[in-house]
Amino acid sequence: MTVTEDRPAEQAHEIGSARRRKEDQRLITGRAKWTDNVMLPGMLHLAMVRSPFAHAKITHIDVSEAKKSRNVVTVLTGADVADEQGALPCAWPIAEDQKSQAHPSIAVDRVTFAGEIVAVVAARSADEARDAAELVDVDYEELPAVVDLKEAAADTVLAHPDLGTNKSAFWQFDSAGAGTGGSVDDAIRDAEVLIEREYRQQRLIPAYMEPRSYAVDPTGEQYVMWSSTQIPHILKLMLALTLGIPESKIRVIAQDVGGGFGGKLQVTPEEVITMLVARRTGKPCKYTDTRSESMMAGHHGRDQWQKLTLAAKRDGTVTGLKVDLLANMGAYLGLVTPGIPILGAFMFIGIYKFPAYQFNCTNIFTNLTWTDAYRGAGRPEATYAIERMMDQLAAELDMDPIEVREKNWIKHEEFPFTTVAGLEYDSGNYEAATARAKEMFGYDELRAEQKRRRESNDPVQLGIGVSTFTEMCGLAPSRVLGSLNYGAGGWEHAQVRMLPSGKVEVVTGVSPHGQGHVTAWSQIAADRLGVPFEDIEVLHGDTQVSHKGLDTYGSRSLVVGGSAVVAAADKVIERAKPIAAHLLEASVDDIEFEAGRFSVAGTDKGIGIGELALASFSAHNLPDGVEPGLDADATFDPSNFSFPHGTHLCALEIDTETGGVKMRKYVAVDDVGNIVNPLLVEGQVHGGLVQGIAQALWEEAVHDAAGTLVSASFVDYLVPTAADTISFDTDRTVTPSTSNPLGTKGVGEAGTIASTPAVVNAVVDALQPFGVSDVQMPCTPERIWKAIHGSGAGGGEPTEKGAMPHFDEDQSPNVATGTDTAQGDVR
Amino acid sequence: MRPAEFEYVAPATVEEALSALAEAGEDAKVMAGGQSLLPVLRMRLNVPSVVVDLGRIDSLRGVRDDGDAIVIGAMTTHSDVFADPLVREHALLLTKAVEQLADPQVRHRGTFGGALAHADPAGDLGAPALALDASFVIAGSGGSRTVAADDFFEDLFTTAVQDGEILTEVRVPKHTGWGAHYEKFVRVAHQWPIVAVAAAVNADGGTISEARVGLTNMGSTPLRARAVEQALVGQSATDEAVRAAAASAAEGTNPPSDLNGDADYRRHLATVLTRRAVLAAAGA
Amino acid sequence: MTRINVQVDGADYADDVEPRMLLVHYLRERLGKTGTVVGCDTSNCGACTVHLDGRSVKSCNMLAVQADGHTVTTIEGLATDGELHPVQAAFRECHALQCGYCTPGMIMQSVDLLNENPNPSEEEIRTGLEGNLCRCTGYHNIVKAVQTAASGGASA
Repeated sequence: MTVTEDRPAEQAHEIGSARRRKEDQRLITGRAKWTDNVMLPGMLHLAMVRSPFAHAKITHIDVSEAKKSRNVVTVLTGADVADEQGALPCAWPIAEDQKSQAHPSIAVDRVTFAGEIVAVVAARSADEARDAAELVDVDYEELPAVVDLKEAAADTVLAHPDLGTNKSAFWQFDSAGAGTGGSVDDAIRDAEVLIEREYRQQRLIPAYMEPRSYAVDPTGEQYVMWSSTQIPHILKLMLALTLGIPESKIRVIAQDVGGGFGGKLQVTPEEVITMLVARRTGKPCKYTDTRSESMMAGHHGRDQWQKLTLAAKRDGTVTGLKVDLLANMGAYLGLVTPGIPILGAFMFIGIYKFPAYQFNCTNIFTNLTWTDAYRGAGRPEATYAIERMMDQLAAELDMDPIEVREKNWIKHEEFPFTTVAGLEYDSGNYEAATARAKEMFGYDELRAEQKRRRESNDPVQLGIGVSTFTEMCGLAPSRVLGSLNYGAGGWEHAQVRMLPSGKVEVVTGVSPHGQGHVTAWSQIAADRLGVPFEDIEVLHGDTQVSHKGLDTYGSRSLVVGGSAVVAAADKVIERAKPIAAHLLEASVDDIEFEAGRFSVAGTDKGIGIGELALASFSAHNLPDGVEPGLDADATFDPSNFSFPHGTHLCALEIDTETGGVKMRKYVAVDDVGNIVNPLLVEGQVHGGLVQGIAQALWEEAVHDAAGTLVSASFVDYLVPTAADTISFDTDRTVTPSTSNPLGTKGVGEAGTIASTPAVVNAVVDALQPFGVSDVQMPCTPERIWKAIHGSGAGGGEPTEKGAMPHFDEDQSPNVATGTDTAQGDVR
Repeated sequence: MRPAEFEYVAPATVEEALSALAEAGEDAKVMAGGQSLLPVLRMRLNVPSVVVDLGRIDSLRGVRDDGDAIVIGAMTTHSDVFADPLVREHALLLTKAVEQLADPQVRHRGTFGGALAHADPAGDLGAPALALDASFVIAGSGGSRTVAADDFFEDLFTTAVQDGEILTEVRVPKHTGWGAHYEKFVRVAHQWPIVAVAAAVNADGGTISEARVGLTNMGSTPLRARAVEQALVGQSATDEAVRAAAASAAEGTNPPSDLNGDADYRRHLATVLTRRAVLAAAGA
Repeated sequence: MTRINVQVDGADYADDVEPRMLLVHYLRERLGKTGTVVGCDTSNCGACTVHLDGRSVKSCNMLAVQADGHTVTTIEGLATDGELHPVQAAFRECHALQCGYCTPGMIMQSVDLLNENPNPSEEEIRTGLEGNLCRCTGYHNIVKAVQTAASGGASA
């Protein structure tokens, strides 16, 4: 055996390079493996029967006609499965005395939101399943439904009468009590300036492009579930706990998943039902949402009322912040529902040095779809509030909004900085990001243009919005999660397998659904192991391959999961060193590793890692007591969160005659620490920006007074198109995180968190000449126009009327029976 | 979702289509381009027993010159209407409106007659057709009849086309040399208009001699803003004059209130958009 | 059941289908052309976009029987002899996709757009894609990819 292997001396660093994605080849050629693609012999197709009522007693269900329908195999109601369906899990109770309602997958005697499942049909085709579902006859006795969040907080109508209240839990953080700061009541009492505001975080729908889809094959030794989930590992455990199936008898596969944004961080009724029907029938079963089902029954996000009191001195120095939240749980507590607003608890103070802080949150039940994680999860709500408040403070004091921020933010030399909320921000440079953003934006020129437009009463007014945000990412240190009563840890796992041919398999416990982890992990492993990027395969999303992990959410994958890859690769190298020493006839202490090659210090003797892998595999000549193989497992548990930050500046034009908004320029300078792949980072920022901008301007889950979701399709839930958005100006500053070996901070949520307040601040800034201090989200043209014209404070009236129907032909008096009026295409 | 079962007939001629409809009875549904019908079928909002697809009737496609009018076959797709030189020359307002209708894919399948017969008050073609005094040729078992635009749109999703009848073509009087503009207000691009205004203006040397203004989504049918039209005659195409005339755009309208805006806001929008549409049509 | 004859991605198919079957379900479930996906029920999202006789259409907004006698091209038929279409290559080059669910429809519509207008402005690109929703990319890089393809910038 030769002990030398030539490698190019100059190996380019993979980390930091804009590698094109490995994932793309199959996605651009139509070769992706979506869950709905799964077709197995004899497979049954499921269709759900859902409640049209927000709150009702189920008095009778007649399934006889449905059972007789062609090719129907079974029809199950809640009563049929009451003893075996268990209750859907909530893994994050936030208080000892938290009130909760058991959450059945199929409602048994009462439905508590419109869209809740009351029966399931299994048939031999999807068409026939739907045909039969239409024949299930359910009698309901309507109960009073509580739809409005504030009304719910008053307990006049109860979402769950047996609980005796709509209040699920109360959670408080108080800096005086925690010893992290002073008394907020004192600060308010002594305030020279007091800003009190109430903001609405409207309810949003994640609206991932791939509708949820689940398939279960019960025919082997294990139940195999394919799920369009973000969390195959958590799902596996939770299915076992919910249904009493041994965990070892469940295998979950998340193949290609078409977006999640938190919306697929859930254990869903449909997953449990698909499993139940497969178990009952012994046949492979599949369920796929229609878009309306995804929007109505997939969990929603946000939905808070925020009362804020900010105390400050006349010079603009902030002295205290008090936050009172009402957080809408909806009808049930989903996987992490109660904890979502609590994730915001530490972020309401943003990047500012508040000496006193208090956060109070009351979680409230309503008869609406339950809420849970949606991109940012608690932190966008917090950032919105503080960034709007800082603008209001600036307006009150007639200061520039950047100046007032600068006065209060943590200076770069003050890091690490322990905030009044008790978190230690490890690194950052707000000055640098802001300076860069201002320069790219042309801040002073735009302010000058704004002044001109104001002076000339231009019907088109210019608004400039600022958002200097931070977020806590990299969920999460396990100890911290434990202290918050979260049901699991926050570590992540990776395995590096050195194959005898020199190729490498990296197994990761995170579960990508669009982020590009395969590419980024390949870059990390390539640098660490000194093997070519192309020789690395990243395996994920199948619990039998990736047997351990905590999945993808909370901007954690790179920070925690990527760090685990680093740790596993380092272990491989350590495992290899004694073998290298043995083969090179040197002492282990003299073995050095660089760029894929083990060498003996001070000599030209060496061996490549691929060759060593083969030697280790063949095991012909290993040191005594050394096992074959170089594979290694590692877990990484961060010591702290990471704290990405950035400065976003938005300029938009408001047509004061119509209230229409047109974005002119958007600059985002983000500091997400070290960058593994700038292409992926920018992509995450762009997409995040549009989701955050969409909250500011377009999206809202609107219910009517009866609790029916009015915006249950893309006709009325306004996801923007390319024609509604602009190209962005992005750049970065880099202050590495100190809590993980890569120095990365996470980027999945940054754009979404930062952009919403930037846009609304710009809207309000444009309207300043009209005396407007707030416009409720989404800032629709109607709300803006009304705010300008003083009718409806801030245009803040709730939207609740349904949209004019474009497809509902029953609206027409003679069309239901007519043959002609729907000749086709309106559009 | 997936449609319920239905029988499918694809006749090759109008006569065959009429007899298929007669045979099928009142549970039949006519399908033109299907771009609004398919969502209805998929969501099972309507469950017809028979779908009569006009897609194989070649005679219903195309645009022809007929003296003082152009005639647009009901099954001419939106993209073909957009590209048609006769339409552009003699009914520019239709070109402008159809360009903004839905999205490219829908325009490739959706048809001119289908959209008008569907009669969604938020549809983009009703107001321009009304403004241009189009007339509608409707075939039935007793032969063809022609209905004026003013009588065609009866209510939400309801037109003069009766059970068993088919809209075959639309005659549009030539408005050669008229300026035209379709001003559409939406929150996002893939939305039906909250309000839109169709304006055609015959202007000579900066003076408006004739004007036609149609309103989209300001009532249960497309509407004609006749007061505006009259007020514009003889006016110069200046912001001030047109603003004054457009102030009456919402007179007699009954716009809906929904999550995109209440009726008052729509009435206000109508005046703003009318001014803009007329000025743009006049080339001002 | 109705007999249809349809050419998809260069191959001829003859099948008996229920009239109610949507073209997209025919492609996915009968022909195994799972590259074309369903994203909504209202024809807003455009994920199901294919070409019918060379023009883009939404295959969820069309019955399979309506495709009788016609030619369909899906994302799976776009590359020729293993060579990516320039728009496909540009999407990869410009990172114009993340989860990839909208991508087949987005690419098919972009190809149609460039067939109509080989040198579109940014605004024309954005308007030309108004029938396709993407939730991941914010469209920034999709627009860039179409620009890149138009200028012949990305090679397969």
